[in-house]
Amino acid sequence: MSAVLIASTDVARARRHRSWTLLSGLVLVGTVVLVALISLVWLPYAPADTTGTRLEAPSGTHWLGTDKLGRDLATQLMIGARIALVVGLGSVVIGAILGITIGLTAAFAASWLDDTISAALDVVIAFPVLLLAMLIVAAQGASLGSVIVAIGLAMSAVVARLTRVLTKRVLGEQFVTAARTSGTRWPGIVVRHILPNIWPTLSVNLALQFGVAVLAEASLSYLGLGAPPPNASWGRLLQEAQGTVITAPVGAIAPGIALIMLVIGVNFIADGLRDVADPARKGSR
Amino acid sequence: MILELRNVSYRYRKGALALDDVSIGVGEGQSVGLVGESGSGKSTIVRLMLALARPTTGTVLFDGEPIVPARLGRFRASVQTVFQDPYSSLDPRQNIESIVAEPLRSLGLARGAEARALVTASLAAVGLPADALRRFPHEFSGGQRQRIAIARATVCHPRLLLADEPVSALDVTTRIQVIDLLAELRASTGLAILMVSHDLSAIAALCDETVVLHNGRVVEAGPTASILTAPREDYTRALVAAVPRLPLA
Amino acid sequence: MTLLSVTNLGVHTDAGTPLVHNLSFDLAAGERLGLIGESGSGKSVTSLAVTGLLGAGLVATGSVLLDGVQVVGAAERRLVPLRGRVASVVFQEPLTALDPLMRIGRQVAEPIARHRGLRGSALRAAVAEALAEVSLDEARISRAFPHEISGGQRQRAAIAIALGSRPRLLIADEPTTALDVTVQAQILRLLDELVDARGMALLFISHDLAVVSAMTRDVIVMSSGVAVERGTIDRVLSAPEHPYTAQLVQSARGLDDMLGTR
Repeated sequence: MSAVLIASTDVARARRHRSWTLLSGLVLVGTVVLVALISLVWLPYAPADTTGTRLEAPSGTHWLGTDKLGRDLATQLMIGARIALVVGLGSVVIGAILGITIGLTAAFAASWLDDTISAALDVVIAFPVLLLAMLIVAAQGASLGSVIVAIGLAMSAVVARLTRVLTKRVLGEQFVTAARTSGTRWPGIVVRHILPNIWPTLSVNLALQFGVAVLAEASLSYLGLGAPPPNASWGRLLQEAQGTVITAPVGAIAPGIALIMLVIGVNFIADGLRDVADPARKGSR
Repeated sequence: MILELRNVSYRYRKGALALDDVSIGVGEGQSVGLVGESGSGKSTIVRLMLALARPTTGTVLFDGEPIVPARLGRFRASVQTVFQDPYSSLDPRQNIESIVAEPLRSLGLARGAEARALVTASLAAVGLPADALRRFPHEFSGGQRQRIAIARATVCHPRLLLADEPVSALDVTTRIQVIDLLAELRASTGLAILMVSHDLSAIAALCDETVVLHNGRVVEAGPTASILTAPREDYTRALVAAVPRLPLA
Repeated sequence: MTLLSVTNLGVHTDAGTPLVHNLSFDLAAGERLGLIGESGSGKSVTSLAVTGLLGAGLVATGSVLLDGVQVVGAAERRLVPLRGRVASVVFQEPLTALDPLMRIGRQVAEPIARHRGLRGSALRAAVAEALAEVSLDEARISRAFPHEISGGQRQRAAIAIALGSRPRLLIADEPTTALDVTVQAQILRLLDELVDARGMALLFISHDLAVVSAMTRDVIVMSSGVAVERGTIDRVLSAPEHPYTAQLVQSARGLDDMLGTR
């Protein structure tokens, strides 16, 4: 009983802390989303416009200056926002659909199949995400699509493993047995009882994966395996700014800060989501 | 007999024998108590009776016939269950209306407004107000949750209620209320009850007949009164004697 | 002399929710006291407060003098000599009270080694004696892990561990609630004999009136963190004064009557 009491007092304190982080997270991510949306209807310059002087410092005409080819950095940054969000969302959707399906299958499977799937998942997870993504991109060719698929596939293994564990836990609850004796068949049980109960924890994990995906894409782009310019991502911008980071630091700092904002913002939101998933909320004894 | 186990044995995959040649039955309007301690096999009996597992040998009969997929719907509508843990037997993410209406929905017995009416009536029968419909399990106490579970189990008017340790997780004061509720339901609807418990006093309060289970075997069976006052077998005697009693008034 | 003196004990959470309020009782050496309460009554929190085992987020107020030492607000190093040597606790669920990764023999040996300073063959002999005292004679039990023995055996082991340090006060918090009825009777008998033989004081906590009536004569009934009634178990059962007690007794009698007269 005291364990429950401790949990509820810790929660009260933590909840106040979390509402600040949630708010900050929403502001950070919201800013990026806003910029991306704006970029769909308006950009300071055309993406391929190289009319500016090279490596110009921030000024009235070029708010963040220009890159080494004379392209407006602010424009590049805004496009990069769009790409980061598309990659994050795309890979999370792929990872979630694939991962949840595999995870559910493993949880319901006969033990030999479950063991096989779990072993396979362990192998995929042990593989460094980046390496895995690189292999796929190298095979498919560098494009936004192949990057999303690559990251999504790597992510699905982690999601699958979590889904499997959460599903098994729910399957042990008496309300699942009660559903069976109420005449509900397994598909109905999955939709009405299992998914709603695993979703809180799963959604927190997926939110975190979003941040991982964005960073993974940035790393791939930095290594030259991401979407090619002029529709380049922040990672690509970082790579291009490498050589001139001393003389024209804005070229590296801007995308760097943008990445930090998005990833930390997403992590803060995930933290706040955890509050919703808090088991103490479900009512303790 | 509504539900019957005939010469049932159950062996785990690892080889251990959970049940050995057990025969138990519940007829219309009867109330049978199954007493057993841990390791007696009572949980296995519950699973077999709910068609959640199949016996290694022997048969499980519903209205005299084996439970085949074609008859499953009718079986589920006739035999409903109340589980032990009121904190685990209600889906925390569903509201009360959804929880209690589940048998109606899944068995295709009623939907929409008709289902809601049946749910409201069922909740009223267990002493819960209609405003409970939109609320969630965590807003209710253990005793209230168990009532909700009983409402769910009786909403489709089953013929047999299987109660698996229905009051073990409750406080003493709540225990009596839930037992009284079950007795009342039995009296007003003619519901048959099979109650599985390690608590002899709960069984004594509700069940006319008692079956004593020990190490997977039926040790003794008969009218509850005789089992309590004149047990024939050593184990039964030891069991009855071990129940802590209040000092005489 | 008074072994345990609790005066105006209060326990509340960090957020201010009171769990125990204004509780006072005394326990002299060799005396027994029953604490009756249902879930949420504050009975378990009381036993934790008495031994200074309240978790983070719970604050105790008032005074608890255990063998003359103030427990409320005391630093850990002042409490350590009390635990085991003065007071020991037997909890409800032996599966969580025992270390799942340590063999029974070793767990029983720990308090004996620490508090009686025994080593080697003297320690082994003391462990064997402790296990025999709780009727866990079989050699295999000493070498077994908690999950390899039955619930009743685990609780016996927990009792042996609690008694290994030769405490003067034993606090038993729902020690038989998780056990089968037949095993419960044996464990209660064992506790009764050992407490008598060693002249220990006993604080017995339970929701079960019948069980408490078998173990102690004096009782305190708790409800929502407050002591609502105190007296002998006979008086409380026959003439309860507080409405909560009356309801509790009535429910218990109702269930007890079902079992028929004896």
